[in-house]
Amino acid sequence: MRHVLNITDLSVSEIDSLIATAMDIIGNREKYQDICRRKKLATLFFEPSTRTRLSFEAAMLELGGSVIGFSSASSSSSSKGESVSDTVKVVSYYADIIAMRHPKEGAPVAASAVSGVPIINAGDGGHNHPTQTLADLLTIHREKGRFNDLTVGFCGDLKFGRTVHSLVSALSRYCGINLVFISPDELKIPQYIITDIVNKNHMPYIETRDMESVMPTLDILYMTRVQGERFFNEADYVRLKDYYILTPDKLAAAKPDMCVMHPLPRVNEISRTIDSDPRACYFKQVENGKYMRMALIMMLLGLTPEI
Amino acid sequence: MVVDKIENGIVLDHIKAGNAMALYRYLNLDELDCSVAIIKNVKSRKMGKKDIIKIDSMIDINLDVLGYFDENITVNIIRGGERAEKKHLSLPREIVNIVKCKNPRCITSTEQELDHIFRLTDPQRRVYRCAYCDSAGGNAGGNV
Repeated sequence: MRHVLNITDLSVSEIDSLIATAMDIIGNREKYQDICRRKKLATLFFEPSTRTRLSFEAAMLELGGSVIGFSSASSSSSSKGESVSDTVKVVSYYADIIAMRHPKEGAPVAASAVSGVPIINAGDGGHNHPTQTLADLLTIHREKGRFNDLTVGFCGDLKFGRTVHSLVSALSRYCGINLVFISPDELKIPQYIITDIVNKNHMPYIETRDMESVMPTLDILYMTRVQGERFFNEADYVRLKDYYILTPDKLAAAKPDMCVMHPLPRVNEISRTIDSDPRACYFKQVENGKYMRMALIMMLLGLTPEI
Repeated sequence: MVVDKIENGIVLDHIKAGNAMALYRYLNLDELDCSVAIIKNVKSRKMGKKDIIKIDSMIDINLDVLGYFDENITVNIIRGGERAEKKHLSLPREIVNIVKCKNPRCITSTEQELDHIFRLTDPQRRVYRCAYCDSAGGNAGGNV
């Protein structure tokens, strides 16, 4: 049984293929509108989510399939003490494919061990979020036209920012990627990402607290939200939540074709006045995410459109 | 000092000096009814000093546990008072329920029935990571 729990569960050629499918979906929507007819996607969201859950559901509906599931742990049997493994085992008898989000890291790994249908990790705590990375990669492909020779800055909560960890993993398989990690000391990129991914793949990187000093060097600036739900201490969250705020003043020093990305939701870290700047790509990521999830669902169900 | 040789059993040799008691606990040897000798600070040409554990019974030893603890330990199987077999260890690729994940955000912290699985991700640095959350389980050897 094929599952996608981590972005590295997909080979570079499979990601290329998913991007090609997504680009074809964008140009030929009607070709895909019935491809998942009579197939059911279960969205098991043990943690609140707006865009990821709706993106999966919209993706399946646009493929002609159906959706079942729940949107919070309180509306599932986990509120009665049922284990993730049991919930997933039961749902795998009802659905053809499962997208799950869980606040605990590694929950999709536990789920995949018992599931009879493909599991897609739709985010597990501060760990991984591979389909956001697919959205990010399609956005980079559409905006920059390449995955090589890019200087990519990650800014904000790099410790718990699962989208950052997944995107660094994905980019580690391309050449000429320079990484710039911008964060307060308390939210630095985890050491295992540096040793197991960055150093292992000989990726040049710098760590800094100063966003403005590195701004002119960046091809992509990937902003992240400081996530209150990941802190055990409220005081730490309050102290760090507005550490970085991207404003037009700061963006003035950036390259004219730099991409500002953000997995959303944002709070204060990107000023609303930047939304109209052509470099703002974060709403494009939302759209691209749906197309990549459509492509991924088709791939995991072994479905291809009739030509 | 003289410790009698054993007729049938196991001798764990080349244990890093000072680690024998930890290994004794790690392998649950206190639960055995047979004689178990812990010999500390034995002179060794190769190691300077070493510890040895002699077990006067043919028990099942979990070689993965032993390899994770210290892959330099040698396992001598004794039959009829003679060494019948000498086993060299290696770092196991995966260890199950030997160490627990300490990450409070890991799914294993709330789902008690899950096995605690760690995989060797960096043999040179002897680093094991949780199969669920990727947290480091510490370096193998001396982390018990």
